[in-house]
Amino acid sequence: MSTTNTPAAFPATSLEAPRSGRIDPKYLRSKTSSGSFEMAAWVFMRLSGIALVVLIFVHLWVNLMSGGGIAQIDFGFVAGKWANPVWQFWDLVMLWLAMLHGANGMRTIINDYAEKDSTRLWLKTILVLGAAIIVVLGTLVIFTFEPCMLDAAGEQLPRAVCPS
Amino acid sequence: MSTTTEAAEPASTVDLPESTGGGITTFDITLKVRRYIPEFSDEARWDEWTITMQGTDRVLDALHKVKWELDGSLSFRRSCAHGVCGSDAMRINGRNRLACKTLLKDLDTSEPITVEPIKGLPVEKDLIVDMEPFFQSYREIMPFMIANSPAPSAERYQSPEDRERFDDTTKCILCAACTSSCPVFWTDGQYFGPAAIVNAHRFIFDSRDDAGDMRLEVLNDKEGVWRCRTTFNCTDACPRGIEVTKAIQEVKTAILTRAA
Ligand code: HEM
Ligand code: SF4
Ligand code: FES
Repeated sequence: MSTTNTPAAFPATSLEAPRSGRIDPKYLRSKTSSGSFEMAAWVFMRLSGIALVVLIFVHLWVNLMSGGGIAQIDFGFVAGKWANPVWQFWDLVMLWLAMLHGANGMRTIINDYAEKDSTRLWLKTILVLGAAIIVVLGTLVIFTFEPCMLDAAGEQLPRAVCPS
Repeated sequence: MSTTTEAAEPASTVDLPESTGGGITTFDITLKVRRYIPEFSDEARWDEWTITMQGTDRVLDALHKVKWELDGSLSFRRSCAHGVCGSDAMRINGRNRLACKTLLKDLDTSEPITVEPIKGLPVEKDLIVDMEPFFQSYREIMPFMIANSPAPSAERYQSPEDRERFDDTTKCILCAACTSSCPVFWTDGQYFGPAAIVNAHRFIFDSRDDAGDMRLEVLNDKEGVWRCRTTFNCTDACPRGIEVTKAIQEVKTAILTRAA
């Protein structure tokens, strides 16, 4: 339990103590308990975190390290991966878990930093909408992916897979 | 009964050199205290005093010296002055400590020593904060034994192992150093906070108590244990050396295994 005097390490010394006058110090805890939602969210963050370590690092290794390395990534590389149901499933799970994990993490941060219930509601509405749009779009892309893609000039994209 | 004769103890074994005046060194410190006096100003300010203190003195002694000899308006709480009552938790050099347990010689005396009220509770004057929100959370976890069985004529027996299970959390002196060091508590002050969870832990894991489930239900709240982000500020702050973060994790596990 040592206390050393290094002001630079504690920039917070110059910050005002929270709720000294600014926020009503009253006890505002709502009586309506959200059941075990917070517990489920806590467990989900840990389980999805473990899954994401595997999903993300294999994803990064396959895309950036193995085979032709970083230079291999182009339209055809993605087309090749998504021709395989294993990678379709992999990317789908990664998309859903990362988005739910990230969105729930942002929800935690909003709960921390927003001070008014109305601000919280607005921020969370934007968060849920944003996450839902990305998850739906991403899922659609994975399943409706068109491997034969032409550019504006009607030329085939590099290594696009088109029936000849 | 032993019959061996013991050699008489020598009168004194310590020879104090004349020059050191008893071996206690003195040094000058600058004490920088966050002042807030609502009668005069809504703004808090820093006051500084340079004072000569002794090697055995604590931050509390420096505050006393200021209050008794230099500025009687300086306000702070203290009662026991020996780390027992939990009155004088304050932010010393940016860390929550008991003023009565922090020796000046352990701080860097070449720089001003900053003393502020603990954060997250409304400041009433100088170093005195309103502890009511803290105690409200404490009361809510029912910090008293609830036993279903009728009281026996003698005491309720408990094995040393069962007693050991919650020994760590019996040591709390309710100083609020942990709760007011927690960044989650700082945000909106609605989080139950480490101290309430520590004191719930003390009864949840007591084999003589039967209301553990009720306390787990209280702490399964939106503002309960799940808001803990394992920052370990509380463990670092606790003047009793309680493993606060560990106790919180044990309560989380207890809620999970109960729900499963
Ligand atoms: C690499 C694997 C990952 C692991 C092991 C992991 C693990 C965790 C855990 C355990 C938490 C909860 C922390 C707490 O409650 O104290 C958390 C929070 C969070 N995670 Fe992840 N995560 C990973 C990847 C990601 C990704 C890819 C994103 C973004 C999409 C993300 C965004 C967040 C956010 C925003 C939080 C909330 C931060 C906070 O509570 O302050 N994480 N993560
Ligand atoms: S757990 Fe430690 S820091 Fe927290 S109130 Fe009790 S004695 Fe103080
Ligand atoms: S004055 Fe009692 S604990 Fe410090």
